[in-house]
Amino acid sequence: MSTPLRRPGAVLLVPALAAALALSACGGSSTTAGTGDADTFRFALASDPGCLNPRVAGNNDAAYPSRQLVDSLTDQDPGTGEIKPWLAETFSVDKTATRFTFTLRDGVTFSDGTPLTAAVVQQNFDEIIANGAAQAQSLQFLTGYARTVVVDERTARVEFDQPNAQFLQATASHFLGLLAPSSLAADPATRCDGNIVGTGPFVLDHYTKNTEVVETRRPGYAWGSSLWDHTGEAASARLDFRVIPESGVRSGSLRSGQVDAINGVPPQDEASLAAGGTTLQIRPNPGLVFTLTPNIKRPALSDVRVRRALSLAVDRPAVVAAALSPSFEVASSAVAGTTPGWVDLSSQLTHDPAEAERLLEAAGWTEGADGIRQKDGQKLRLVTYWAPVFNPNQTALELIQQQARQVGIELDLNSLPVGELQAKLATGDFDLSWGNSTRPDPDILRNTYWRDGAAPYGIDDPALVKALKGQQTTTDQEVRFADAARAQRVIVDKAYGVPVFELTTVLGLRPGVTGVRFDSYSRLQLVAAAATGD
Amino acid sequence: MTRYLLGRVGQAVLVLWAAYTVAFLVLYGLPGDPAALIAAGGDVANSAATPEQVAALRAQYGYDQPLVVQYLHHLGAALTGDLGTSPRTGPVAASIAQAVPPTAQIAALGLLLSVVVGGGLALTATFVRTRWLRQLLLSLPPLGVSVPSFWIGLLLLQGFSFGLGWFPAFGNDGPASLVLPAVTLAVLGSALVAQVFARSLRGEAAEAYADTARAKGASRLRVHLRHTARNASLPTFTITGLLVGQFLAGTVVTETVFSRAGLGQLTATAVSTQDIPLALGVVVFGAAVVVAASLAVDLAYPLLDPRMRRVTRPARGPVPAVAS
Repeated sequence: MSTPLRRPGAVLLVPALAAALALSACGGSSTTAGTGDADTFRFALASDPGCLNPRVAGNNDAAYPSRQLVDSLTDQDPGTGEIKPWLAETFSVDKTATRFTFTLRDGVTFSDGTPLTAAVVQQNFDEIIANGAAQAQSLQFLTGYARTVVVDERTARVEFDQPNAQFLQATASHFLGLLAPSSLAADPATRCDGNIVGTGPFVLDHYTKNTEVVETRRPGYAWGSSLWDHTGEAASARLDFRVIPESGVRSGSLRSGQVDAINGVPPQDEASLAAGGTTLQIRPNPGLVFTLTPNIKRPALSDVRVRRALSLAVDRPAVVAAALSPSFEVASSAVAGTTPGWVDLSSQLTHDPAEAERLLEAAGWTEGADGIRQKDGQKLRLVTYWAPVFNPNQTALELIQQQARQVGIELDLNSLPVGELQAKLATGDFDLSWGNSTRPDPDILRNTYWRDGAAPYGIDDPALVKALKGQQTTTDQEVRFADAARAQRVIVDKAYGVPVFELTTVLGLRPGVTGVRFDSYSRLQLVAAAATGD
Repeated sequence: MTRYLLGRVGQAVLVLWAAYTVAFLVLYGLPGDPAALIAAGGDVANSAATPEQVAALRAQYGYDQPLVVQYLHHLGAALTGDLGTSPRTGPVAASIAQAVPPTAQIAALGLLLSVVVGGGLALTATFVRTRWLRQLLLSLPPLGVSVPSFWIGLLLLQGFSFGLGWFPAFGNDGPASLVLPAVTLAVLGSALVAQVFARSLRGEAAEAYADTARAKGASRLRVHLRHTARNASLPTFTITGLLVGQFLAGTVVTETVFSRAGLGQLTATAVSTQDIPLALGVVVFGAAVVVAASLAVDLAYPLLDPRMRRVTRPARGPVPAVAS
């Protein structure tokens, strides 16, 4: 039997070996840390993308790498909300918003060499219907889909059984990005980690879960969106997305030059990063702002006075100041200011605790011994569910909880994982839910508040339903936006939603980084992105 | 002796089966509809799946079967090495196989450092005669056990990656990326090793055989290293075995701080995305590693301690709890 500690010398030898090992290990690291190769653009993601399939890539960290691999039929101007040509050279919609015709650009090929034809467009939409619930994020845009008609090799007509005005905007999103037939034939799950063949400016090299997504430049790429300043092949030969979950490590890696850009800049780090020479690139996400949504089927919340009181109790600027940073906007409507069709209702979204108390008194809720109001022996205690999908959520909600308590409303906060939250809301057993949803189209309101009668909040206000239906059945942008504005007014007036702040994308860029472009979703288009060094 | 071996192996199998069953019941028996979760994807407001489509998903993944049928089916498959398929990430066994090497690398280096540093610390602390120095050295292990590993990790990053630029702050490329995570693991590991080893060293030094050796004229250093250290290393061996299991079963905090793929990250992902097959897979794998490490320790005991070859049960001292 051997005895490891036989001689005194052995004891001294082992630490020496360990030190040697540590030294030899760091000897090889000089190139890993520090400034990288100018041909590679290194971007730190806050979480693992999970699934790169553009059909389901709903969160930022999945959408950023996924977006670079696929192109869309159209693109949307982030400034005006207008739909512009991309893979479709021209497009038209009939008056009933049921027939959408796209004429494809010539000479577009997928990275496996297959040409883009009308038949491929048809296969793309048919695949979304065929795979149904497995890709629900894309399926939602195709409500009432009838068929895609191949008019000729370069012309495809998508037909619906019922008006679906939002579909045109949806063709600009990565969710409906076009995939090659080889990708479509496979099971959607195989697209999560690799089987994505698109026409995009980058081609997937590999995706290692929880580590990195590496993409390489597509040679010969020449069909960029009409909205891009950059034409032709991508500026960087390689995109290197690194998964760095710890926000302090992301900031430190950016500062020390180990990455070129980061997302999810923590509000508390914004000032120090900016002071250190980092460029902060900021844009509020369009779509539903972070909102407390009352379940109006609950007795207390069926009373509009209680809902209004809750809205008046919230001090929005205080929430932004305490939980977020000056980069974040206070909510000015049910949707964010970057959403096409937005109206400014900020004069109604004010903080007025005295008025809130008056409304609660009038509704018969009187102050109890513990400061919480009650009526018929019931306390005004609202069970609230939320998901920790955005870091400052908890701080923001705890502050709102204190603010509501000052007028005698008790919020009972319950955090659930995002999937479970969805299931919980579907049961209808809740008073308030908290969340947001990114989309640069006012149809997000229909999807959230009504969902053709299936929304868990069960709002059947005729004025709201009429406005939401109206914006879905016309292609006249002026009429659409007027309907969308009416819907926003009803939601704020009747406090069907208590909007609080706009989700904002805050990127940190190293000095010398150029060409990082926000698309209409406030997500990234990296065709022109380059780290030219500092 | 054979009875002891068979008994320990049987016990290990039983523990593993129990771990599988409990994990299965907790994960599959939870209220909530996994198919609805898949259909919901990541975005709360954006699910357009109809009840029929959700039902189709439920049937596809077998969630519509009675729990006992699902249990027998999955257990049977697990026995053949098939840990099921995650709707998000594909075959679970493949995901685990991919996550093992990066974890094993930092675990191995972390373990080596733990044994070397912890062992060295205990040997030195029990040998020195200067009272204050001994007290100082002996106060290090409790400190090491109580400092949170994410704090250690961030501190190391701040100094050696962001500051000096010696090591990368994230990823698993090459030996340089192993050092800081392994050192982070070794802070806890060496503290535990040192605590246990120092305690047994002091115990052994008070034994009669040590006095005998000294009376025979052996030097203090020789008695310390040749006699007491050898006997005191047995409980240390146990704690080292537990550390193997601990480090390999997943080091969630360390892997998160250093942005490393591995079993810890896989576990965190499985939990946060409510990936039931993946969560079950990592729980069972983690249990298997811990059981195997503990079995290896028990089976190795008789080899290290001749007295063990005559008795049927190992007499093991109390072992401090290991925190992650």
